[in-house]
Amino acid sequence: MTADQSIDRSGISTCIDSLVETFEHRELLRFLTCGSVDDGKSTLIGRLLHDTKRVYEDQLAELSAHHSGVQGSDLQVDLAWLMDGLKSEREQGITIDVAYRYFSTARRKFVVADTPGHEQYTRNMATGASNSDLAVILIDAQQGMGVQTKRHMYITSLLGITRVVVAVNKMDLIDWSESRFKQICADCREFSKRHACVETYFLPMSALHGDNVVHRSSNLGWFDGPTLMEHLETVDIADDVDLRHFRLVVQNVIRDGQGFRGFAGTVASGIVRPGDTVVAVPSGIGSNVERIVTFNGDLDIAGPGRAVTLTLTDEIDIGRGDWLVSDPTVPLRAHKLDADLVWMNENPLKGGYRCILQSEGGSTNTTVTAIRHRVDINTGDEQPAASVGLNDVARCVIALDKELMFDPYRVNRRTGSFILVDRLNNATVGAGMIVAASSPWDRTPEPTLIGTTSGIEGWERSIRYGQKPCTVLITGLTAAGKSTIATALERELFDRGKVSVRLDGENVRLGISRDLGFSNPERSENLRRIAEVARLVNNQGLIAIAALVAPDAEVRARARALLTPDRFVEVFVDTPIEVCRVRDDKGMYAAAERGEITSFPGVSAVYDRPTEMDLRLDTSVRSPQQCAAAIVDLLAARGFLRG
Amino acid sequence: MLADVDPAGLRLTNLEQLESESIHIIREVVAQFSSPVMLYSIGKDSSVLLHLTRKAFFPAKIPFPLLHIDTTWKFSEMIEFRDRIASELGLELITHTNPEGLDMGLNPFDQHSTYYTDVMKTQALKQALDAGEFDAAFGGARRDEEKSRAKERVFSFRDRHHRWDPRNQRPELWNLFNGRVNKGESIRVFPMSNWTELDVWQYIHIEGIDVVGLYFAAQRPVVKRDGALIMVDDDRFRFEAGETPEMRSVRFRTLGCYPLSGAVQSTAATVLEVIAEQLNATRSEREGRVIDHDSSGSMEDKKREGYF
Repeated sequence: MTADQSIDRSGISTCIDSLVETFEHRELLRFLTCGSVDDGKSTLIGRLLHDTKRVYEDQLAELSAHHSGVQGSDLQVDLAWLMDGLKSEREQGITIDVAYRYFSTARRKFVVADTPGHEQYTRNMATGASNSDLAVILIDAQQGMGVQTKRHMYITSLLGITRVVVAVNKMDLIDWSESRFKQICADCREFSKRHACVETYFLPMSALHGDNVVHRSSNLGWFDGPTLMEHLETVDIADDVDLRHFRLVVQNVIRDGQGFRGFAGTVASGIVRPGDTVVAVPSGIGSNVERIVTFNGDLDIAGPGRAVTLTLTDEIDIGRGDWLVSDPTVPLRAHKLDADLVWMNENPLKGGYRCILQSEGGSTNTTVTAIRHRVDINTGDEQPAASVGLNDVARCVIALDKELMFDPYRVNRRTGSFILVDRLNNATVGAGMIVAASSPWDRTPEPTLIGTTSGIEGWERSIRYGQKPCTVLITGLTAAGKSTIATALERELFDRGKVSVRLDGENVRLGISRDLGFSNPERSENLRRIAEVARLVNNQGLIAIAALVAPDAEVRARARALLTPDRFVEVFVDTPIEVCRVRDDKGMYAAAERGEITSFPGVSAVYDRPTEMDLRLDTSVRSPQQCAAAIVDLLAARGFLRG
Repeated sequence: MLADVDPAGLRLTNLEQLESESIHIIREVVAQFSSPVMLYSIGKDSSVLLHLTRKAFFPAKIPFPLLHIDTTWKFSEMIEFRDRIASELGLELITHTNPEGLDMGLNPFDQHSTYYTDVMKTQALKQALDAGEFDAAFGGARRDEEKSRAKERVFSFRDRHHRWDPRNQRPELWNLFNGRVNKGESIRVFPMSNWTELDVWQYIHIEGIDVVGLYFAAQRPVVKRDGALIMVDDDRFRFEAGETPEMRSVRFRTLGCYPLSGAVQSTAATVLEVIAEQLNATRSEREGRVIDHDSSGSMEDKKREGYF
């Protein structure tokens, strides 16, 4: 026990008060340390702890008993050994997981996520990085930037850490060489160019001797930047917090049995004040914040990271997983997502894997439907892959049984992340960062975009053209007669003085869909583009006639939803496939049967026969003109045509 | 909309951030589990955890019971404190003592501390958790307490035998906690994982949280045994040859069974003085706990068996 521990009671009072006050206003900084086995990472953390007086006497005593006669450094303890925790790991001489360490100065409290440097570590590093504000990447000055450094930089950037310290360690072993240090910095800068938005601080250091860790080094007189500790104490960690968009995902509904009903959750971004208008998502119902309730009294304002309970001025139905937001364009919503996945299980991931997706809003059954590519974490290069192994990173397509509300991970780490849980053994098998909705159908436009409104009213157009706008989707197999019917319909409407726009799938592919092939996602995109054009056409008061195979029922349903069901007419040209084959003068059926054309609906791909169409036409018994007339009759009956 | 808001004023302090994160975890447990329970040890960490839990559900009551494993060898002041808090706050408190251990007359003087702890604490806890069919149990443990805890999860999975397997723990990312368990399995939840001893004391100070008086220095009868100061709390104390109690100004940094809890010499009689002492502290917290010194890595062995 040291002398200063027994406190002179007369000497404390105002002095303690102010000291305690200072400490109570400290901020919290979480950082991750990454380095390979010999980069001196554990030594660095031991040094930070030691030099900030966190290494207690009895821990030191235990150490000197354990390691009798440690030699080498000026410290008679092995700083690295201090960092080890679990007995079995200690026996193996390795650390196999993330260990959290705590130390503090008068300005900040620090949580260090220490992750191992050996080969199988992506999972651990991702875990440590997920909650870190900053990463310290160690480089052995003798080795320079290696494959591991590239890996550390890649994972740091993948997990969204925007502040990095590259600590070039063991400067003592290269005679404190400034030129060598500058060379390593240049190498790193060259490599890290591809990781945008990362703010990097380069620092020469010797953790073993303590140079530039907490104390300034006289050996590194040529370097005048802050020491690691000075940097950690002062680096701004709040500058990337989004204060503009209030988001809160409801965790629990709090009821006290006496009429109190509050919505508990942690503010994910933005600020909230009593009186603010908020919208509940997905219901879209708006209300105003009545109170921000806490145990210590109501708050006037709450910002990101604060756990609160809100009451609203209206009785609206809100449950766990619902969002309260200031701006209804937040969050995004989709059934299908593209996400970067860190795979954390021994069993490799394959397309079609069923599991549970857990996000801030709760859990949903999910299928990993496809692996778009695997990332070589050493280079950042993308490679095709049939499966994803332990510690691999891959871009995958995730299909959810229930629509998910989310933000892209780069927008919000809290609401853009998820874990995948195995349904059988409940293991956490993967960690995901959402990139975007997979399908363009789900993609939300930039919130800054606002469409202009026409000065011409719908009723004016309706009187001028003698019609109400609608879209006729003519679907059916190749060579069923869709284009012929569409052309006949266009003629018939024209002759009656009506105005229509014909959007033929093949014509569209000659222009706006020139970039698309014939796979299912590409056929879906072609229909989406046609539907979007039809929407513009309808908005101008015109009738749209779309003729294309549109083989997928789900995609047709999306078109119907986009164009609104009461303005959408689905016509199924139900020509027997044998008749189609005979009419097919381009020989496409034959080519498909020979395997020359893949994904050909009716032969090598599925055509979902419509079940809820508005009209079914069989061209083997009706002429194109008769078919067109039948459609016109239907349009007239639905009130789309006047006079 | 933001013109009148100073972003710096919205930044959370270390303690505010820890508080919010702990509340988030506590609420998450209530949302994910059907039958949680809080392990209440009467110590300062339990007092803080209880306070955080009240905050998490305010103005509603705590939606789960508290469980105290009573070895019958706790400081008498602890038991008085427990009963007073439970009645003041209207808590649902379950207490359990291992009846077999009681029948055998186990005590920390005659039995080796490893055996005694296993029967009266570890086994007793398993009995109570099984009896209540609890699928989640909160504890006030912190990662900074002891080396083996540095890698402990916030949601720590236990198999049907309440065992902890350090090789089979779920990765824990962001603020997403996987609480899925099959029948009979459970999760131990440590909402205060990222708190340090100093944080705990500062929070007690700021929030004015009531803690057992034993944490503050007073003249107490102690005997020095194997380098530790053991308090003579009642007449069950077994003196060894030549031992006589002497009055010393001592306090406790951790509390448990009184014959196994070492006091530290101190004059810190208020929360502020304890904090001041902390800021100058040179000895780590669990030092006073006799059970940790049995063998290197002993805490880890206990955890594998199901100790908290």
